[in-house]
Amino acid sequence: MWTAQHEQLFPLKNPQDIVVKEIFGPQEIEDGIEELAQSIIANFPDEDVVFVGLRTRGVTLAKRVAATLQKNRHTDYPVGTLDISLYRDDFGHRGREFPSLETSELPFEIDGKRVVLFDEVIYTGRTIRAALEGLIDYGRPARIELAVLVDRGLREIPIQPDYFVLRLDTTALEYVKVRFREDDVQEDSVVLESSKSELEA
Amino acid sequence: MSELKPRKDLLDIESLDLSEIEYVLSNAVPFKQLFQRSVKKVPTLRGKTVLNLFYEPSTRTSSSFEVAAHRLSADVTNFTVSSSSVVKGESLLDTIETLQAMRSDYIVIRHKAAGVPGIVAQHTKASVVNAGDGFHAHPTQALLDAMTVREVFPEHQGRRVVIVGDILHSRVARSTSTLFHKLGIEVAYFGPGTLVPAERHGFLRRLMSWEEVFDWKPDVIYLLRVQLERQEGAFFPSIAEYHKMYGLNSLRLNKLRQLNSWLMHPGPVNRGVEITDEAMRYERSLISTQVENGIAVRMAVLHWLKPENGVDS
Repeated sequence: MWTAQHEQLFPLKNPQDIVVKEIFGPQEIEDGIEELAQSIIANFPDEDVVFVGLRTRGVTLAKRVAATLQKNRHTDYPVGTLDISLYRDDFGHRGREFPSLETSELPFEIDGKRVVLFDEVIYTGRTIRAALEGLIDYGRPARIELAVLVDRGLREIPIQPDYFVLRLDTTALEYVKVRFREDDVQEDSVVLESSKSELEA
Repeated sequence: MSELKPRKDLLDIESLDLSEIEYVLSNAVPFKQLFQRSVKKVPTLRGKTVLNLFYEPSTRTSSSFEVAAHRLSADVTNFTVSSSSVVKGESLLDTIETLQAMRSDYIVIRHKAAGVPGIVAQHTKASVVNAGDGFHAHPTQALLDAMTVREVFPEHQGRRVVIVGDILHSRVARSTSTLFHKLGIEVAYFGPGTLVPAERHGFLRRLMSWEEVFDWKPDVIYLLRVQLERQEGAFFPSIAEYHKMYGLNSLRLNKLRQLNSWLMHPGPVNRGVEITDEAMRYERSLISTQVENGIAVRMAVLHWLKPENGVDS
């Protein structure tokens, strides 16, 4: 569905002009989550770790990784959620937008813990900057790391993921979409949307 | 992402549509949740200025707005009558011009004359929030009251609230009952005949005695403050008489307890007039919840309004 948010993120106004390319299907996403889980627990095995997902799909990613670890190693990794709307750096620039705020739920102390932040895609890095600021208001973790499914490049600030599954070369006119069955009521996928006219030019 | 029209000012409840009310009330919930953290502040309004302009004494409302603005990281200037040029005879429009030159982003205003916030709003680019004007409106009070009722009754439609006291002089009664009605909450009122307006919204049911109040089985009883400072005419024989007829005493409190009704009051309370010490300790009192929700709702309102002197206008 073509939404206002879509229009803003993907400045091509004409839906007919969009070329959709599937990069990952359900199996690749499952393998990717397994891979993320493995690399996260391979590091700092002695530290007390908690997961924090960014709403909405970062939370789903964190829960999937936690479920994988529960299945493979019978260990529980607590998952918290963070809504970063109030920490964004573009409040005065939003024009007609009205963000619906969600509650953040961190049902654990983060002081002295190793915190792994999850988001489905890293792009400019501004969301993660906001998340770091928000997270620090809850306490002082021993360490904060970042895990994403897709790194699509085009960073605007010096923030890099510690763990990623897929790195895509994209342009600002393209749009990387991660769909999870929990949030999108369809099969898991990673798709890249580009402009037909842009590709032909 | 909600689809709403940008709104500059919050002047009354009547002009709000349901989607706006819903937006503010649902955003107030995450704001309230911030109060559980050790850091209660978010950086959202960093660099913005909120001017608190109070022409009438108020501790609760002005400090509630001040706390709300601080928790959004805005800078707050308090402009009170006794310390301003108003006592030196400056006119309202001159004051507005001065305020405009200060480039505040938000002006919170309370004035004894109805309509003043609306006039200020027309003459400034800042967002104006009405914090009470005469007998007219007190929209943030209504919003915090609605938030409080919705917390105890997530299914608030069809719930019953009876407002007791001085309906005539109460902007709280006006704004709150209008908002409750918009949300599908049934509203009745009960008070001295001299303090109940002859003509008021048709949706309000008038109850004539405490017996009728209890028979109506209200989910919430909302006591209004007896506004001693507004009693220029003799609306009731004496404070003692008011207490006897309309005050929430032990007998009436027990009745409320049997009905499992909740108790609300906009504050500040006159102990021994509309309420007794014992009723203040009622286990279903929501009075302190109202204070806490007031901050959350005011944060949500400041977050929602769009001043015209923003970056992109």
